[in-house]
Order: sequence, then C-alpha cells, then structure tokens
Amino acid sequence: MNTQTTLLDPTAELKPVERQLLPRLASLDGATVGLLDISKPRGREFLDEIEKQLLEMGAQVKRYSKPTFTRIAPTELTQKISVECDAVIEGLAD
Amino acid sequence: MEQSSNINYALIVKKDCPTCALIEPVIGRLAKRFTKDLEVYVQDDPTFPQIVDAPIDDTSLEFSYRNQIEVVPTLIRLGDEANSESRIYGWDKKQWQEFTGIEDLGSELIDFKPGCGSKTQDPGMDEILALRFGDKILQAREVELAEAEDEIEACFERGWSDGLPVVPPTALRVMRMLNGTHREADELIGKIPPDYAPCTIEKLAINAVMAGCKPEYFPTVITSAEAALQDKFCMHGLLCTTYFSSPVLIVNGPIVQQIGMNAGVNALGQGNRANATIGRALQLIIRNIGGGVPGGIDRATMGNPGKYTYCFAEDESDDSWNSLAMDVGYDRKDSVVSLFAGEGLQPILDQQSRDAASLSKSMAQSLRSVVNTKLFGLADAILVVCPEHRRVLMNSGWSKADLRNALYEELKTPGTDIIRGANGNAEGMPVKFKEKILDKFRDGGLHIVTTGGKAGMFSAVIGGWVASGERGSQLVSQKIR
Repeated sequence: MNTQTTLLDPTAELKPVERQLLPRLASLDGATVGLLDISKPRGREFLDEIEKQLLEMGAQVKRYSKPTFTRIAPTELTQKISVECDAVIEGLAD
Repeated sequence: MEQSSNINYALIVKKDCPTCALIEPVIGRLAKRFTKDLEVYVQDDPTFPQIVDAPIDDTSLEFSYRNQIEVVPTLIRLGDEANSESRIYGWDKKQWQEFTGIEDLGSELIDFKPGCGSKTQDPGMDEILALRFGDKILQAREVELAEAEDEIEACFERGWSDGLPVVPPTALRVMRMLNGTHREADELIGKIPPDYAPCTIEKLAINAVMAGCKPEYFPTVITSAEAALQDKFCMHGLLCTTYFSSPVLIVNGPIVQQIGMNAGVNALGQGNRANATIGRALQLIIRNIGGGVPGGIDRATMGNPGKYTYCFAEDESDDSWNSLAMDVGYDRKDSVVSLFAGEGLQPILDQQSRDAASLSKSMAQSLRSVVNTKLFGLADAILVVCPEHRRVLMNSGWSKADLRNALYEELKTPGTDIIRGANGNAEGMPVKFKEKILDKFRDGGLHIVTTGGKAGMFSAVIGGWVASGERGSQLVSQKIR
C-alpha cells in the first residue's frame, strides 16, 4: 500500500469529493437516540442533562458506555447502537 | 529540441545494450572530436560510458521520451536554420562515418550490429512517461486518499463498488486502459441514466479499470455502454424497475477469440476474466457515472445475481447455424455486442429427444414459464441452446428459423385457459382475451443463442423484463469499432 495515493473519480462528479455526512433526522419526535458515555469523568452528569432535554423533545433515549476512553468503541457496541438507535450522541467530557 | 545553439550532436545510449558497449571507443572518439558539441545521454547507468567525462543522466527518460527515442544507440544531429534534424541508430560503420564526417570512425569494429530497444519502449513504460512528461490527457477529478488509507477500502467507502473489491483507479491504470482504444479520452459517448451525466471515454476507462478489465477488453466495454444508451434499450426504466431484470451482454464475432472470452464449458459461470469483467464494467458504469444505485433509483424487489455481471459469448463453431448478431443483420465477421434486459437462468433438461420436433416441445414447455405460465406477451426471452441440443436440431434438418416457428406454434394457447381466474388462479390475462388464441412472445420477442460446453443436453431460458417491446426494452446490438 502506498502511503499517499491519488485515484481518479469514477463518478459524474455531481457531489463534492469529501465524504458526505449521513442524512440527518428530520425530527427527534419518536426517534431513538443513543447516548454513548466514553467513560471520562463527569460524562454521566453531562449526558444526564442531554437525556432530560431529549425526552422533553419527544425522543426516546438509550444509554451506552465505552469500557475506556483510551480506545475506540468495541465492534459489538457500535453494532448494538446501530441496530437499536436512529441517531447517536457521543458524550465527550472534561 | 531544448538545446543551446552550439550543441551539434546528441547520443543516447544504455549500458545494458551490447551495441552501445561495442561502440564505446567510437563514443570516445566523438567526444574528443566534438567536445562540448556532443552530449551523451545514458538511460540506465550514469557512470556509462566511462570514456566520456560527464554523460548526462537520463534515467528519468525525460530526454529520451521527449525525443521519441526507440533504439539505442541513437545519434542525433541537431537541426539549425539551415538543416533539419537527422538521426541514425544502431551501429552501421559506413553510415556513422558519413554522418559524422570522420572517415576512419570505428574502423577496428565490425561493420554492423543492430541496436537495442530504448528503455522508453519497455512494456508499460509508455504510459508512465506520458503521465510524467506528456500532455495532460486525464480530466477526471483527482481524489487524494489519506496517508495510510487502504485504497480498496477507500473505494468501498466512497460508494464506488458493487459490493466486491474494485481495482483502485490510479492515473497509470486508466492511461493503460485508454491505450486499449483509438478513441480520444475526452470523446463524449452520451449521457448515462439515471442522472444523465455526460460520459466520456475516460470515465468509461476508469470504471473498466475498477471492474478488472484488461485494456484489450475496453472496446467491448465502450460498445456495451453505447448500446445501453440506445433509446430502444430503455436503460433508465430498466434500472428503476422493481422487476429482476438488468442488462445481459452477449458478444459475437472474431473479438470473442481475440480477447479470450468463454463460449464453452461454464460459459455463463465464473472463471473467465473477460466475461466477468466486461459485464461488471457496464454495471459499474451505470452505478458510478449514471448514479443508478440500489435502494436509490434502482428499486428492484430482489434483483438477480447477474447484476454483478452477466456477460457471455456465443459459440459460433458451426457455420451453418446463424449467430444472434446475424439474426439482427450483422455479418459473421463483425464483432458485435448485444444487450438484453433479462434475468436468471432456468434450465431445460432434455436427454431423451433425438429429433427436433420432440426437443422443441421441451423447450416450449419451459419457455411457457417466463414471468408466469398464465401471462403471455409481456416479456421477451432468450433461448440458450447448448451445443448438443443444436446438434439434435440440425440432425433433423432444422434451422434456427424452423425452431422459432415451431416454438411459437407450440406455445399458442387459447385465452380461456389463461385468463384471470382460470385454473383457480386469480393471476392471468385480462378477460378480454378469452376468445383469442394467444402467442407467448410478441413478434421478434424470442431470441435464440448458442453457448456452452460440448457435453450435456442442457439448454436454458433467460427470461426478459415484463416491460419488453416498444413500451419498454428491446434487444439492442452494436458493432465494436
């Protein structure tokens, strides 16, 4: 593998070359939103407040947490969130 | 020539060339005689020839490429206002003596020794040098990957793949693909549905690279894309349908053997690069250039495995049996791509029939099942005749036209048997056809092609799209140029 590769765009170039964001939810009403605590101190308090506000907006909330903030989330966890939620907020703290 | 006016000669050599090594004393003599009016360029080892004080390092091959050197040694006498440039190559003693005006040049050497190929002529080198030093040909947007980003994963992530790994389309690979055609990279072939974005030969080449094509397949890929753009193929509708269908490519003519397509054992299966990648290239073209993505504009309920690739060649080993391309007006000598909106493959096993009349009944019964045994005139079909069945038909003295007529005859069915509700089944033909005798296929809607291994009495049906004919898609053919 080269450290720096340039490829030629095979598409009609109708979209920007940067990778696109996934479509945003049109409404939070009835949506299930996952809150992922990355396990840094005070993350829980922060996410408690987010949860309160989401519930007021009509969303349902599910809570998750990473085993440690030092590593990326385990595959099982990201798969679980993707199956159970319509959107996810990853809680950063400090 | 980018030389100052006092330079009269340029000599291009490579150490690896025995002729260049042979004439080293000659080079020494020329260097002594012409001093700074001679520049010696070496393609492989800048320490050669040792007899020259300062040979010019042309390991980048820039000078050799720009001056279109094909053979080493080449001695160029540079042009000026009075004389045009001239050059000699290889070693021909008399010629070198006349060219340089040195009467006894190389008198101790043999009279003649041909030169070697210039390093610019090494396989694959031309495209590398054209990218580095040539005019800019490629216009496509460049996509820089992040450092250490895997190139194949990057193609997946950008949505350029059909679900299988693609060959990353680097500029070099695309240049090599473009060398497979005489057509210009910026030539527009049309607008690819559903986005109707303008499509150039270069964009086709990028997708052919990704599909895994060799450059020699590229003219067939281009032709398949052009065929898909024919109005009567109705590519846009075919892409949008909830039905199974997708383009099926059939290739006829000399190109089949030239590029090594499979028309024999396992012709519709895996394992042959040309069959596999040409069909895949068309699908990637529709996906990437046209924007036809499953779940987007492609609304197929199930699709079919042929939407990865569905391409095969016809077995034309028997001259007395017309090919598909001949059926639509081409000559046996023409190389032709045909596209059919089809799906799947349904077997017709008949190991007992020893005459055409019996065999054609088996074939007709299987053809009846296209779409639904009670629906007539909706979808076209291709009957794929295996070589053993072709032999049975020909032994009975039948032509392809005889077979087609017999099938139409055998399939004629009273409307009362297949109208809605008949046989306890709500599906069927509208009741208005009750008193009619119906044909299974519209006129011109049943195509017959031969392919497959020599052993096995197994023919097959490729069912067509339910919107066949003028209101939807018709088989299209296009000659490869």
